[in-house]
Amino acid sequence: MIEEEPVSLADAAARPLNMIEAINEALDITMARDPDIVILGEDVGYFGGVFRATAGLQAKYGKSRVFDSPINECGIIGAAVGMAAYGLRPVPEIQFADYIYPGLDQLVSEAARMRYRSAGEFTASMTIRSPFGGGIFGGQTHSQSPEALFTHVAGLKTVIPSTPHDAKGLLIAAIEDNDPVIFFEPKRIYNGPFDGYYDNPSKTWKAHPGGQVPEGYYNIPLGKARIVREGSAMTVLAYGTMIHVAEAVLAEKGIDAEIIDLRTLVPLDIEAIETSVKKTGKCLVIHEATRTSGFGAELSALVQERCFYHLEAPVERVTGFDTPYPHSLEWAYFPGPVRIGEAVDRLLKD
Amino acid sequence: MGDAAAENGSAAERSRGNLPPLRLHVPEPRFRPGDQVDYSHIVVPPAGAQPRPDETCDPVETKPLCVDLIRVLDDEDRAVGPWDPKLNPETLRRKLRMMALTRAFDDRLYRSQRQGKTSFYMKCTGEEAVSVSAAFALDRDDMVFPSYRQQGILISRGYPLEDMVNQIYSNRADKLKGRQLPIMYSARDYGFFSISGNLATQFPQAVGWAMASAIKGDTRIATAFIGEGSSAEGDFHAAMTFAAVYNAPVVFNVVNNQWAISSFSGFAGGERATFAARAEGYGIAGLRVDGNDALAVYAAMRWAADRARANGGPTLIEHFTYRAEGHSTSDDPSAYRSVQESKDWPLGDPIRRLMRHLIALGEWSEEQHATMDREVAEQVKAATKQAEKNGILGHGLHHPFHTMFEDVFEELPWHLEEQADQAIRERATKWPDWRPDQVEAPK
Repeated sequence: MIEEEPVSLADAAARPLNMIEAINEALDITMARDPDIVILGEDVGYFGGVFRATAGLQAKYGKSRVFDSPINECGIIGAAVGMAAYGLRPVPEIQFADYIYPGLDQLVSEAARMRYRSAGEFTASMTIRSPFGGGIFGGQTHSQSPEALFTHVAGLKTVIPSTPHDAKGLLIAAIEDNDPVIFFEPKRIYNGPFDGYYDNPSKTWKAHPGGQVPEGYYNIPLGKARIVREGSAMTVLAYGTMIHVAEAVLAEKGIDAEIIDLRTLVPLDIEAIETSVKKTGKCLVIHEATRTSGFGAELSALVQERCFYHLEAPVERVTGFDTPYPHSLEWAYFPGPVRIGEAVDRLLKD
Repeated sequence: MGDAAAENGSAAERSRGNLPPLRLHVPEPRFRPGDQVDYSHIVVPPAGAQPRPDETCDPVETKPLCVDLIRVLDDEDRAVGPWDPKLNPETLRRKLRMMALTRAFDDRLYRSQRQGKTSFYMKCTGEEAVSVSAAFALDRDDMVFPSYRQQGILISRGYPLEDMVNQIYSNRADKLKGRQLPIMYSARDYGFFSISGNLATQFPQAVGWAMASAIKGDTRIATAFIGEGSSAEGDFHAAMTFAAVYNAPVVFNVVNNQWAISSFSGFAGGERATFAARAEGYGIAGLRVDGNDALAVYAAMRWAADRARANGGPTLIEHFTYRAEGHSTSDDPSAYRSVQESKDWPLGDPIRRLMRHLIALGEWSEEQHATMDREVAEQVKAATKQAEKNGILGHGLHHPFHTMFEDVFEELPWHLEEQADQAIRERATKWPDWRPDQVEAPK
C-alpha cells in the first residue's frame, strides 16, 4: 500500500547501480518484507534470469518462492492469477515482452477484470515484469514495445522506468499495489543510459544521477510523472529509453525544453502534462513503439483536448515505424536523434 | 508465377506419380436432426467391474481406467464393486435432494428468462450428478474453479438461492453489482471462484491456487471444471503441464457432455481418444467415470481429492455424461442434433438412477420423491419471489450508477472519475428528476 511518498532520500546512502541491480534489489527488499511474494518465470530460479534480474533470490528465499516455470506464458500468468486469488502476491517474469501474447487472455480477460467482475471478492495483485524495447539487435521477437496493448485494457496499470533509481522505487510501488501492473523494463538501458547515438561507446550508469540508487526501502508512487528537466520552449512527453535520447538531442540543439518522464502510462499524471503544455505551448510526444494507435496517439489527443487554446503548433509525434522491428536496419527503425531533431525543428519553425 | 511457384502449384501442374490426393477430415457427429439414434458404439461396461487402485498409486496404474468407465450403480440399482463409496442413506437422500433442487432451480430460472426477467440462462440438466457429487466429495473449504454448469456445487454448499437469483436478475441486491452475465457467479466465502465467460481460463488458475496452497503448506486443494469442448484450448495444456511439473494438489474435471453448442466432442479430439487418456501423456493420474452415476462420480472425486491431499499430485477425471438440453437460452439444439439422443442416452438420468437406488435400498419411495420435488420447487419459487422484490433486469432496480466505475482499480483514477461524471450527466439529461445515488430509476 502506498500511503505517502517516503522518499526521504537525502539521508539514504546512495551508490551507483545499474538497472538490473536496482530491480534485483527491489525484488529482494519486497520479498524480505512480504512472505506472500513469489517469483516465477522462465529461467528465473537457479540461473537468476537471462538478464540476471532475479540472481541470488532463489538461494536467499528458497525454491518455493523463486522458481523456474515451463515455457508457457498462458500458464505463467494464469497460475499467477490463481496464486493471487489464494492471497499471494506473485511477480511473474515474462522473459521478453515479445513473448507475452500467449498469456494475453489470462491478462486481459482475467487479471485485469478480476476485481470488477467479482465485485472485489477476488483481486489479481500481481506485477508482471518484462524487458521490452529494441536497440540490442534483438530482431522482431526481442525488441517490441507493446505497451499500448495494455494501456488499452481497463484494469491494468502500466509502468516503465527510465533510470535505476526509478526502476527500484517504481517496482516496489508496483509490487505493493493491489491491482495488476505491467512493469516494462527498457532493456537497452539496463546497463547504462542510451542517448540514441549508437556509434558512440556505450555508457554506464555510474556517471548518471539516475544511476545513484539509495539503499533500503523507498517507493515512487504510480501515476506521478518526473520532470527530468524544466524548460519553456516545448514540452517533451516520453518514457523509458526515449527520455535519454530526447535529453541528448535537445541539449545538442540547445533548446530549453521541459522533458517529462511519464513513468506510469496508466494511471497517467495528467496534471503534470497539462501544467507543462499550458506553460510551453508546444508538445512533442516520443515513443519507440509503432506509430498507429500507439500511446502517443492517446497523449496527443489528451493534450489537444485539454490544452488546445494554449497550443502554438500541432502536437508532434515521434515513434517507431509501423513495421516489425527489423534486425539489420534496427537503427533505421529506431526513433533516433535525426527523427526527433526534425520534429523539434518543425515545432519551433515559426 | 515464377518457376518455383509453378513447381509447387496446383495438382494439375504437378506430377507426383501415384501418390493419393490428401484429404481433410472434418468430423461429423453420428446423428443429425431426424436421424434414428443407435448408441451401440458406446461401450457401457458392467458396474463394479473396474479395479480401484490405491489413492497413492503410480499414475501409470490408472491408465486402464482412462479408457474404461468407472460405474457403481448396476442395472438392478444396487451399488456394487470396489468404487462403491458406501455412503449412508441419509447422505444419499441429501445428495438426491441437492440434485433435485438444482434441476428445479434450472427449470424455474429458464422460465424466468423466457418471461423476460433476465437476458440469459444456462441449465445443467442431466449433469447434476457431476457437480453435486463433487461438492459432497470435496472438503467445504477446498477451492472450486468452475465453468458455467456447476451451479450444483454452489447449491450443495448452501449458497442462498435468493442471491443466485439476484445475480441472474442483475438487480440491486446482486452481489456482483450487475456487472456479470447471468450465472457467472462468484462466491469467495463458499470456495467458488468467479466464473469467466472466456473458456478454460480457470484451469491454469486452479493450478496456481493449488500451487499457492502447497507453497504455504496449507491442506486445502483446488479443483477445476471444464467442458470437453474447451479442453481444446491452450489453457488446458498449460494447466496440465504446470500441474504435472509442480505436482500441484488439484483435481481436473472434464465434463464430457458430448456437445459444445453445436459442435460434438469430435471437434475437441473425442474421435481419437478419451479425454481421460490425456492424463497419461502428462504423467498424471486419470479416471473416466460414468457422469450420470452419482456414486461413481463421488468415488472418483473423493479418490482424486484424497490423492491430492496426500501430496500424490493431480488427477484428470473425465465425466462421461450428456447435455440433455440446449447450451443456453440462446440455443436450439434441435437444429443440429437428433432429439432422440437425449431420451435414449444409455447412461440414463442421474436423478432417476439415484432415486431408484434409494428405493432399492428401501430408504425412499416414489411418493417421497414426488413430495421432495414439490418442496424443492416451492423453495425455488420462494427464492425467486423474494429476489424479484429487488428487481429484474432492465426494470430500474439496479446498483447505484457510480458503481459502474468502481472496482476497475482499487482506487478511481482521474480518467474514470471524469467518465463517471459524464455518465451521470447523461443520465440526468435524460431524466431530470433522477439522483445519482438512487437505486431505482424514474418510470
